[in-house]
Amino acid sequence: MVAGAGTDLRALSRRVRRHVVEMVNGAQSGHIGGSLSATDILAVLYGRIMRHDPQRPDWPERDRFIMSKGHCTPVQYAILAENGYLPVEELATFRKKGTRLQGHSVLGKPAGVENSAGALGMGLSFGLGIRLGMRLNQTDAHVYVLMGDGEQDEGQVWEAAMAAAHHEVDHFVAIIDRNGIQNDDFTAAQMRTEPLDEKYRAFGWEVRAGIDGHDHEAIEEALAWARDVRGKPALVIFDTVKGKGVSFMENNPGFHGAAPNAEQFALAMQELAD
Amino acid sequence: MTTTLPSAATREALGPTLVRMQQEGADIVVVDADLGKSTSARTFRDVFPERFFSFGVAEQNMISAAGGLATTGHTVVASTFAVFAEHAFDQLRMSVAQPRLNVKIVASHGGVSTGEDGASAQSVEDYALFSSLVNFTVCVPADVVEAQAMVEAAIATPGPWYIRTGRPKIPVIYTDGPRFEVGKANMLRDGSDVTIVACGLLVGRSLDAAEVLERAGISVRVLNMGTIRPLDVAALEAAARDTGAIVVAEEHLTHSGLGAMCAQAIAASTQPVPMEFVGVNDRYGESGTWDEVLEIMGLTAEGVEQAVRRVVARKR
Ligand SMILES: Cc1ncc(C[n+]2csc(CCOP(=O)(O)OP(=O)(O)O)c2C)c(N)n1
Ligand SMILES: [Mg+2]
Repeated sequence: MVAGAGTDLRALSRRVRRHVVEMVNGAQSGHIGGSLSATDILAVLYGRIMRHDPQRPDWPERDRFIMSKGHCTPVQYAILAENGYLPVEELATFRKKGTRLQGHSVLGKPAGVENSAGALGMGLSFGLGIRLGMRLNQTDAHVYVLMGDGEQDEGQVWEAAMAAAHHEVDHFVAIIDRNGIQNDDFTAAQMRTEPLDEKYRAFGWEVRAGIDGHDHEAIEEALAWARDVRGKPALVIFDTVKGKGVSFMENNPGFHGAAPNAEQFALAMQELAD
Repeated sequence: MTTTLPSAATREALGPTLVRMQQEGADIVVVDADLGKSTSARTFRDVFPERFFSFGVAEQNMISAAGGLATTGHTVVASTFAVFAEHAFDQLRMSVAQPRLNVKIVASHGGVSTGEDGASAQSVEDYALFSSLVNFTVCVPADVVEAQAMVEAAIATPGPWYIRTGRPKIPVIYTDGPRFEVGKANMLRDGSDVTIVACGLLVGRSLDAAEVLERAGISVRVLNMGTIRPLDVAALEAAARDTGAIVVAEEHLTHSGLGAMCAQAIAASTQPVPMEFVGVNDRYGESGTWDEVLEIMGLTAEGVEQAVRRVVARKR
């Protein structure tokens, strides 16, 4: 079952982007840029690709989404809310006292969050472990792991890449949100990691790169391909724009982890209006 | 006397115990980082190869993957050396401790009794690190019999555990079978003048010291504090009340180990008493045979005996 089948992805993505901006504005903290760059990918995953059921978040046969770049909780909580895992109104509690919706992902808070994250570099390993366990259980569900491009600097990512190929793990899909920016600056300035596609291929992965991470059809096509790769792990590298959807945030390293001021917030909501 | 007792290394308990428990219906998966022969985890692979995953020499990936594996219902055992488990501290924190997943780290070559390999291979800080992680149960066996009982308890109890085993063959203490109960100290001998609280291979050495002291007219209680976390505070308070002085003996840095944890508990109790500490004093190890290194560090029956005499002299 795909919970979001039939959803209008354009409208959904727009709503999710508005939630993201409202949440970060409401908390006056949080990671807006990498949430907006990943919005369309998550919309397609939850709406078209993943087998999941918000009524049964513990269903052993569910596909798992692992948010490895655990600072991008705004988009994760928003997509979960739009899919019925939590009330949309609860998004307003993001990062506030007493909330379930912490700044970085905490397993089980809310149901649908499958891992604890925030320290970059661990999600691919955690997802790999899940898939190995599922394989032992003869469960044919898939594991999707979303990573950042800056996150590729972490050595553990490459340990996991090596091990996934060594163990011939399939039903295992890594996704890189290649928005070209990390915390302080452009990724090209912080640490050159390219060519990522050739590196993963050399590690034994099937790879598709250069996919437009804001084109819903292209995203769906690439993820459907990755889901069906057998005998190997699969990676899709999406070219995205950090801050996508809000003109002054787009491709702006200043909006990695900064909240908008009142004027910026009003402008952003105007740009994201239907 | 000790020479007549059978000897075994605590690390020998792991593999055979896991094999037996799996045969008896447990759902164990073992992950390994290229040290399974030394930790004895590889014994499990020989019988259950499909349940054994090699992660190569990559402890960080292994620990995060262990957390993920545990979410699919399996009881996951991760094995390596104590110093190399330390290599994955953040992964232990984020992928195991905080989400409270069912992962058991059973690390061998704990302490300085690793010997010849020298400072880099001697974990003087491992259970300080594991004890600093919320949700972890932390155990150090005094002999192979207790090590087996601890592995059994870990498999039977959901949640993160750390068990530190050792490399050298040491005398068996529990010749009549294990008395291990998580969170409970074992009183191995009673006395009225002082209590020695020990774990690991210092338990045997403390019993030897107690015998010498008894002959010198000092009556000694010996507690095996096999569980470091949660600490048996009630047994410590009873020791303070009944004997009025405590020595803590361990193969670990005293300032961050069992000594520090016992001191915290005693300081907060209604009856603080003088304490002395036998352990590694703010230094790293060096090469030598395992018992030579223990001697260099003062981790001997004589070292414990001297600490007892010091603490008894401080009693009013
Ligand atoms: C281990 C670790 N080191 C540092 C950080 C601080 N940090 C948070 S986000 C970030 C940059 C991430 O960049 P990228 O992976 O490209 O994410 P995105 O652009 O998608 O937001 C850094 C360094 C962290 N979260 N984890
Ligand atoms: Mg980035």
